[in-house]
Amino acid sequence: MNDIGNFSLILCFVFATYAVVTTVWGARTGRDTMVRSGEHAALAVAVGMTLVLVCLDVLLIRSDFHIEYVSSYSNRDLPLFFKFASLWAGQAGSLLLWSWLVSIFNAIVILQNRRRNRELMPYVVAILSATSLFFITLNLFVSNPFSELTAQFQDGTVAPWAPQDGKGLNPLLQHPAMVIHPPILFIGYVGFVVPFAFAMAALITGQLGNKWIGLTRRWTIVPWFFLGTGILLGGNWAYQELGWGGYWAWDPVENASLMPWLCGTAFLHSVMIQEKKGMLRLWNMILIILTFSLSIFGTFLTRSGVVSSVHAFAQSSIGGWFLGFLIVMVVGAVFLLILRLPELKAHNEMESMASREAGFLFNNLLLLGACFAVFWGTIFPIVSEAVQGVKITVGAPFFNKINVPLGMALLLLTGIGPVLAWRKTSGESLKRNFMIPLVIGVGTAAAVAALGTRHPYAILSFALCGFVTATIVAEFWRGARARQRNTGESFPVALWRLTLKNKRRYGGYIIHFGIVVLFIGLTGKAFTEEGQFELGIGERAQIGKFELRLDRILEADNPNYSSGRLLLTVFKYGKEVAVLAPERRFYKASQQPTTEVSVRSTITEDLYTVFAAMTPDGTQAVLQVWVNPLVNFVWGGGFTVCLGTIIIMLPDRALRRRRERMIGETVGAGREADARA
Amino acid sequence: MGCVVRNPACLCPKEHSLRPVQIKISLGIAVVVGAILWLAISGFDESKAYFKTVPELGEMGHDALGKRIKVAGNVKQGTLQRDPTLTTFVIELEGVTQAIHYTGRAALPDTFKEGAQVVVDGRLRPDGIFEAKEIQAKCASKYEAEYGPGGNAAMPEAMREAIERGATEKPH
Repeated sequence: MNDIGNFSLILCFVFATYAVVTTVWGARTGRDTMVRSGEHAALAVAVGMTLVLVCLDVLLIRSDFHIEYVSSYSNRDLPLFFKFASLWAGQAGSLLLWSWLVSIFNAIVILQNRRRNRELMPYVVAILSATSLFFITLNLFVSNPFSELTAQFQDGTVAPWAPQDGKGLNPLLQHPAMVIHPPILFIGYVGFVVPFAFAMAALITGQLGNKWIGLTRRWTIVPWFFLGTGILLGGNWAYQELGWGGYWAWDPVENASLMPWLCGTAFLHSVMIQEKKGMLRLWNMILIILTFSLSIFGTFLTRSGVVSSVHAFAQSSIGGWFLGFLIVMVVGAVFLLILRLPELKAHNEMESMASREAGFLFNNLLLLGACFAVFWGTIFPIVSEAVQGVKITVGAPFFNKINVPLGMALLLLTGIGPVLAWRKTSGESLKRNFMIPLVIGVGTAAAVAALGTRHPYAILSFALCGFVTATIVAEFWRGARARQRNTGESFPVALWRLTLKNKRRYGGYIIHFGIVVLFIGLTGKAFTEEGQFELGIGERAQIGKFELRLDRILEADNPNYSSGRLLLTVFKYGKEVAVLAPERRFYKASQQPTTEVSVRSTITEDLYTVFAAMTPDGTQAVLQVWVNPLVNFVWGGGFTVCLGTIIIMLPDRALRRRRERMIGETVGAGREADARA
Repeated sequence: MGCVVRNPACLCPKEHSLRPVQIKISLGIAVVVGAILWLAISGFDESKAYFKTVPELGEMGHDALGKRIKVAGNVKQGTLQRDPTLTTFVIELEGVTQAIHYTGRAALPDTFKEGAQVVVDGRLRPDGIFEAKEIQAKCASKYEAEYGPGGNAAMPEAMREAIERGATEKPH
């Protein structure tokens, strides 16, 4: 099996090289058959990489411990689902997943564009195949998942060797959210290679109009969606599994995933300016280069060990490879940019501060500002060591100090931006659109302050959430009413059809609303309460409006783990509302303790309990409790963003028909022109 | 943005000074960038910490006092004592050791145990004990150091035993 896998990898390596060479050569010499041949080779790579994945999975499922990777991340008792998922548990396997994803996306792009964009495609395929080639090189020569275990004996002989059982998957990773978190993140990271490839192809061929942007919109929003979802899944897993009461720690690896997302969000917004007004074309190029570079940089940070992080302590030489790839890519992209600089100038000018263009400009500024701050804080230890010889790190306070105000400003823009008109918004329009939301915002601030909130950022945050929600509701209301007048539909139907007929706009509003909800959840963090208690049986702990009484301590033992569980009765304002059972497990095979938190979730707050330890004399349990207000708004907001994104991604039948008609007409006109020539 | 001087087709010869909207926008950008920089610099001072390995901490000597430091090392076997209010242990790296008192409120991470790689965040006390407010322990890592002779990862016990037995037969 591993021989088949290795052989397939070698074949993929050859085909990928062939694809890069023939597509470029074919484009330069105008030979379409060469280009097609290169495309076919790229399709073969996708097939080959799939075979490689299947081979590794077969080895994992068969528990073939001859293979080093299998014995490192799997064991006999591991449930089948986790055996399959351990494919991406380690370095070599997750790199294989990267390779596979690049090759699959390459194949999809080729199949989508069989009859379109033929000037751009050779270079698109070349860049995608070159990226494929890079990862296949890593798979073959640097981190090969099929390497076998060998043992060297006293007499000097070296022989293949297999342990009786593998080391197994760490129990902390045996959780559904943790299982899908890497593939989802990878789809996000890798997906940005496609718009990048189109951008580079546009630069190379000089086709700098809105074509490459229109093509890559869907190819940008899909990875953006997966990256954002992956980030939230990681946060949710940490919250459910790790028992420290939080979901985001500004850890370098977390930051590594956030940065391309911030940049990608900026890109998604600023392309709208290029589509509508032909402006910011150079900026959009820079943004997509930056976004993809941050993707590669993100994986470099995670795998190289250059910054210390809970997620990755291992020092590895693979970092050098990624850095090299990154440098080659950035240098090449910048070179192309400089080449095309004169052709990238804007077709229009900014006319007013109160315009949508200006709104998007500041949106980009704030998002990039946040991205830059996160980047700086994350790599600072490397820089300070290089410059001063001292490694200095910055922690959560640094990131929060910058990103909270930036977040507030972005939230404000989210409310204002969609209502600004292109070019210039009249004072009349501004007054009409913002009067009520402004009142609602101020009202929310007053209400929140009346309820006892004193934290200034919290008051501001809630006020802005009120303001933005009002603007979004107003947009839906106005749009649906207008449609009602024209079609006579009922309000709900008008609302539904309105959204489906303008997916980008109203799907976008739904996403914005999701962000507002997310911010409400984030604001709740300012009011977290926390306590640690030593409780004997029958004793109570009091935190906020809750009282917890320890009723029993249950102990259990099975072949997999031994455990202790606390049975707690929860009282809210004196009334019994729930029973919670936080648990502490000790997994015997891996000698790994885990906390199974017990949480009572409502819309207003989470009551989060952790069984930390027993006191040394064994008579009392040490209980840690958090009250996390509004935390479920974070997950609810994330879910709403997903919903809005799905709406945007839905295929547009009317648009496609129009587009196909246009292509047909263009081809027909082209043929006529050729005939006349 | 604005009239590009390089464009020979530009028909606005007088407009090479900034228009009012451009001034406003540049001002806006300057304000935002300035605010971000100010926040960054003040935030930096508030939360910076030096990152040292155990030997490097030892080399610092008295310099280490009064600074917030993150120290990296491995928890030495047999030194871990857990209390509800105080956990003490010794971390070591390359033969150098450092006593740690953990006074933080949070529960210790699940991955924290003897032999684990850790980073402790806190300050060195004049009595030579390092008081840690935060402990990070190596995660259920996916990206371990490479397996192999002399590598970081421990050899499987069975393999070591087989070699010690001087096995001459090839195992299956």
